[in-house]
Amino acid sequence: MNHRMTKRSLITTALVTAGLLGAGISSAQEVFKVGLILPMTGPFASTGKQIDAAVKLYLAQNGDIVNGRKIQVILKDDAGTPDTTKRTAQELVVNDKVNVLAGFGLTPLAFATAPIATQSKTPMVVMAAATSSITQASPYIVRTSFALPQAAVGMADWAPKNGIKKVVTLVSDYGPGHDAEKFFRDRFIFNGGSVAESLRVPLRNPDFAPFLQKVRDLKPDAMFVFVPSGAGAAVVKQYVERGMDKTGIKLIGTGDVTEDDILNGMGDNTLGMVTSHHYSASHNSVLNKKFVTAFEKANNGLRPNFMAVGGYDGMRVIVEALKATKGKGDGDALLGAMKGQLFESPRGPMFIDAQTRDVVHNIYIRKVEKINGQLFNTEFETIKDVKDPGKTK
Amino acid sequence: MLTILFDGIAYGMLLFILAVGLAITMGLMNFINLAHGAFAMVGGYLTVILMQRMGVPFLWCLPLAFLGTAALGGLLEVTLYRRMYAKPHLDQVLFSIGLTFMAVASADYFMGSTQQIIQLPDSLKGRTEWFDGALGMGHYRLFIIAICAALTVALQLVLSKTRFGSRLRAAVDDQRVAAGLGINVNIVFLLTFAVGSGLAGLGGALGAEVLGLEPSFPFKFMVYFLIVVAVGGTSSITGPLLAALLLGVADVAGKYYMPKMGAFTVYALMIGLLLWRPQGLFSRGGKS
Repeated sequence: MNHRMTKRSLITTALVTAGLLGAGISSAQEVFKVGLILPMTGPFASTGKQIDAAVKLYLAQNGDIVNGRKIQVILKDDAGTPDTTKRTAQELVVNDKVNVLAGFGLTPLAFATAPIATQSKTPMVVMAAATSSITQASPYIVRTSFALPQAAVGMADWAPKNGIKKVVTLVSDYGPGHDAEKFFRDRFIFNGGSVAESLRVPLRNPDFAPFLQKVRDLKPDAMFVFVPSGAGAAVVKQYVERGMDKTGIKLIGTGDVTEDDILNGMGDNTLGMVTSHHYSASHNSVLNKKFVTAFEKANNGLRPNFMAVGGYDGMRVIVEALKATKGKGDGDALLGAMKGQLFESPRGPMFIDAQTRDVVHNIYIRKVEKINGQLFNTEFETIKDVKDPGKTK
Repeated sequence: MLTILFDGIAYGMLLFILAVGLAITMGLMNFINLAHGAFAMVGGYLTVILMQRMGVPFLWCLPLAFLGTAALGGLLEVTLYRRMYAKPHLDQVLFSIGLTFMAVASADYFMGSTQQIIQLPDSLKGRTEWFDGALGMGHYRLFIIAICAALTVALQLVLSKTRFGSRLRAAVDDQRVAAGLGINVNIVFLLTFAVGSGLAGLGGALGAEVLGLEPSFPFKFMVYFLIVVAVGGTSSITGPLLAALLLGVADVAGKYYMPKMGAFTVYALMIGLLLWRPQGLFSRGGKS
């Protein structure tokens, strides 16, 4: 008993000392703090892992000292629950006095935090969540991932020109799914196509059989899919199992379904599948090749996906804004310096629209191909400078 | 139409394999084991590990998943569950749900949170179409139906015809008298619990392909297991079987014909059935 007590008090002392030391250092050098909130555990942990790795990589490649100020990233796990995200953001702003909030793996997490960014005038860099309306939730939000409608309309533009006239949409029944369905459908019909049926699958759906059978019986030219990436593997598998590839129903969708992190695990069933997205690990540019090689080297062969690129570019936007403000960490000045940044990302050219604070970038039409025994999304068509259609109205 | 019926039956059979172990422990041993789904998950992950890391063929993984989960179930019975038999039902529920949370967290820690993907052998991948495609049957779903039918017959025979079955029923009815007659009640319960867990593991292994496998699996399907057992009653094997089939077909048909209703069809059906027969479809009235 006595022994245990001593041990505990020792630990406490050590912790307190460490805390004091930490505080001492930060005030001396005026550390620039980035509060990075990500789902590091739970069903969306892969998102957190990718972004965290990408943020670390950017700082390792470009240095973490700007105008004599050290950049410190404080990583917090929210396990994908909005309440935790909000509370964590509050703690980061109030206790740690972070200069920038970043991360946000899912739409509800970003929405929950938006009021805190507004009240504390802290720039909030959304690196993953993709629902169109997120950037409107707070004037302090800047997005470096993508807006789902960008990808959806890309596909809706490409499909009618390539013999796909009649489509059935199949989306998961939640925010981004509704976005994908609406923007794909509107643009597809505008381009002269027809949507035979719009199916919404419950998010926790065990078996896709009935929905796929429905699609099969409707005999469209193609099935447009948007589901979270894990479920995407199941859809593709059951699509092949149901023999739908042989009945001439093509499988198209946004790039989330065939994202780079799990594409190899999905197997050869995905070969030939056409998707539209803003990033593929096989994007042909010097910068991207460097990015992919460095990322894989630093993370035990893990292939970066579009989440990683959102985190990488998000960190770039933060660092460049800090440079532009000569190392001052003031919220409004930082926000001003984030708006309008135009640069080359591993995804290709990208631009933070000063008006919407949302990203403008190319959308690529890609096909799954096997290169050196590995599956990749090969880009074969480019739609230049796509603005989020959700904000043009 | 026929395809929908077929898919529904296959899905129902899968639910049955997953839930029958729960029906056994709940009906025969009078123990509410909410951690049942966790055993199913263990079976699924065993299959994934055996296939992906050790290259064991899929068909061998199934019996191994059964044995592995049964062994784990037996171990937990001796160390943990045995103490809970005499406790009130609330304690049992709290205990087993706590176990489930631990299982989910461990799976997340050791296996990662991503969906596990299993590659089936080619022999099970095909599809047979009859009547100009009016009836399309995936071979894997046929395989599930065959296994499930065999299991049902075997279980029914063991429980009603063998000496072990009568010992088990005797032990359930009155432990003290059964023990007085020279039946080793502890061994009987241990075996029954192990087999029940093993069946869950087998279901998890078979279902990984169709239902997907990730750490939240036990919670995702707990509701389905409980519906099967609640609707089917726990006094026989046929009750849960028919309930599972009914649910499977209703779920698949509901999603096909009324996609807007989504997952709600199953719950509506359950409410209706339980209003009509609160003791379950096939209970021998008056008990419980």
